[in-house]
Amino acid sequence: MECCHNPAVKIDIPNEAKKIVLAGNPNVGKSVFFNYLTGLYVDVSNFPGTTIDISTGKFGEDVIMDTPGVYGVSSFNDEESVARDIILYADIVVNVVDAVHMERDLFLTQQIIDMGKKVIVALNMMDDVKRNGITIDIDRLSKELGVEVIPTTAIKGEGLDRLKNAIYRAKTGNRIKKIESLIDKVIDKVDTESEALLVLEEDENLIERHSLVESFSQRESLYKLRRTRVDEIVNNVVSETNQNASFRIKLGRMMIKPITGIPILLFTLYLMYQAIGVFVAQTVVGITEEVIMGEYYYNFIMNSVGNFINESTLLGELLIGEFGLLTMVPIYMLGLLLPLVVGFYLFLSILEDSGYLPRIATLVDRMLTSLGLNGRAVIPMILGFGCVTMATITTRLLGSKREKFIATMLLGLAIPCSAQLGVIMGLIAPLGFKAFMIYTLTIFIIFVLTGTILNKIMPGESTDLLIDLSPLRFPRIGNVLRKTYTKSVMFLKEATPLFIIGGLVIAVMQYTGLLDTIANSLSPFTEGVLKLHPKVAEAFIMGIVRRDFGAAGLNNLATQGLLTNAQVVVSLVTITLFVPCIAAIMVIFKERSWQESALIWIGSFVISFATAAILAQIII
Amino acid sequence: MTLDCAKRGQIIEIIEIPDSKIRVQAIRLGMFEGAKLSCSEKIPTGPIILKNRLQEIAIGRNLARRIKVKLIS
Repeated sequence: MECCHNPAVKIDIPNEAKKIVLAGNPNVGKSVFFNYLTGLYVDVSNFPGTTIDISTGKFGEDVIMDTPGVYGVSSFNDEESVARDIILYADIVVNVVDAVHMERDLFLTQQIIDMGKKVIVALNMMDDVKRNGITIDIDRLSKELGVEVIPTTAIKGEGLDRLKNAIYRAKTGNRIKKIESLIDKVIDKVDTESEALLVLEEDENLIERHSLVESFSQRESLYKLRRTRVDEIVNNVVSETNQNASFRIKLGRMMIKPITGIPILLFTLYLMYQAIGVFVAQTVVGITEEVIMGEYYYNFIMNSVGNFINESTLLGELLIGEFGLLTMVPIYMLGLLLPLVVGFYLFLSILEDSGYLPRIATLVDRMLTSLGLNGRAVIPMILGFGCVTMATITTRLLGSKREKFIATMLLGLAIPCSAQLGVIMGLIAPLGFKAFMIYTLTIFIIFVLTGTILNKIMPGESTDLLIDLSPLRFPRIGNVLRKTYTKSVMFLKEATPLFIIGGLVIAVMQYTGLLDTIANSLSPFTEGVLKLHPKVAEAFIMGIVRRDFGAAGLNNLATQGLLTNAQVVVSLVTITLFVPCIAAIMVIFKERSWQESALIWIGSFVISFATAAILAQIII
Repeated sequence: MTLDCAKRGQIIEIIEIPDSKIRVQAIRLGMFEGAKLSCSEKIPTGPIILKNRLQEIAIGRNLARRIKVKLIS
């Protein structure tokens, strides 16, 4: 019966095996349990119909499945839909609960119990409990929930074997009374009690899967019952032994108050700049792009493929030419983008796991609301300094179409990616502080103006910040690496095909001479209005292919003495605001409708040249 | 009064949350009509931070303006 409705059945699992599902809120340490229980044999597969990867592993004859961290079972976003389907499919649910965050986490626990699933609770992070000056009556908690509760400190390995031995003792817990009677009313219309509950809670997908027409409109009343029940349980089992704010709580406060929060944020960004902008973008990329890919790999390709195909033919141009499939695409993706993307995702995972990210979002919320965004948008903005392509993919997490458009526009327009940033800094540093300030201020003003204007003129409303400030924690290295790995792989999977198409388009334009024609037709404008050397137009065109190519082209012109200092600043402003690289453009077209994408593309053209023209009148 | 008028250290009771989508998300984080929470921090012209034991949530100022609350102490 279930097979016809739930996409989770497409995951390859032997029929007789029990499905043991790990479920919990975000950042409760589920992956440590997963790794401990499954050992080496783990299979990561894409969940049907989504971009979310699900890990499965063996546990004796049975199967353990991981789920994305969620606050509840429903379908408010992709993660929740996936978690819901896997939990619906489960024979046993191992629910990992953050012991210091029970008010939040037990909501999910109670919901899974209400679904009628067999549950065992791992009460994790017990070491934090003492540190926060609280005590938990575990026997009482177990009695209230009606299921076994095992205290654990997973990262230290404490309690893991007890949990492992207890898994098959999982049982159905104490449901909320009212829910039981409601489930009886709809049970004939669906296949399982779990589905009945979710139908009562107005889960759109399940209502659709069972082609139900009537609405039960019980979501809010059931959520409220559950909330009250959870608060009651927490009151009964948790006692606070001291009210003194620990250092972590104080630090958490300092991170969100502007007077201390801004310096902390600036310091963090400075560390990121040193680690990624300097170390990765220059030292690491110097090796990966220039030596490994640029020399060894490039020579290998030219000596093998180059022997059979002439570079000056169309096929040669497409495969091994300047923008070729076997030359530029892998060199750029693996040599340049991959190290940067890994570096950024590493930082992002640390920020996320430490609990600092929601605090940054809270700190900058005020500023971003005036641009039509909310604090959450800080994530794509930070990532944009790494790679605009990667950041554009992340705009998915924003709450409305309006915010996605504004964020994508701002990213494409005013955020220089790290590939470009390095060359820009190299060019501008020798020109002195004044040039640097003119450049930075111009970009900043355009960023703020564009956001403000879009916020004024775009229809609809942006969503507001509503975010859980999870307790500050020391991030766990294994978890951070795992996240970095899955996100980087996802990026490569999504961006590579798009970049290949982009490369093909440019190679054809190069072969047919279209690229030169465009550069030539731009040059009167470059010379007349922007007051720049006509050759700068070529650098602009190169900037479409790869933003750093454009910046590097300017570098050549500047060293040849073809540009004055003021002209360098104007050119840099243009190239920063100018259209993002071909990979980013392709992602924009994939993420947004073609009308919106065209608007973003043309809009950034117009804004960049208009700004440069005005700036040229002032400073040249 | 509305939530944006709450001051740091005050305990308030949530009376009304306007949007049903927000209501459903907020309830999971412990903020629901009838809940008594303390205002643990207020960012100047920015979000309001509400606290229930160790659980804290940040609420954007615009949203806070639309949430009706009652002052408890």
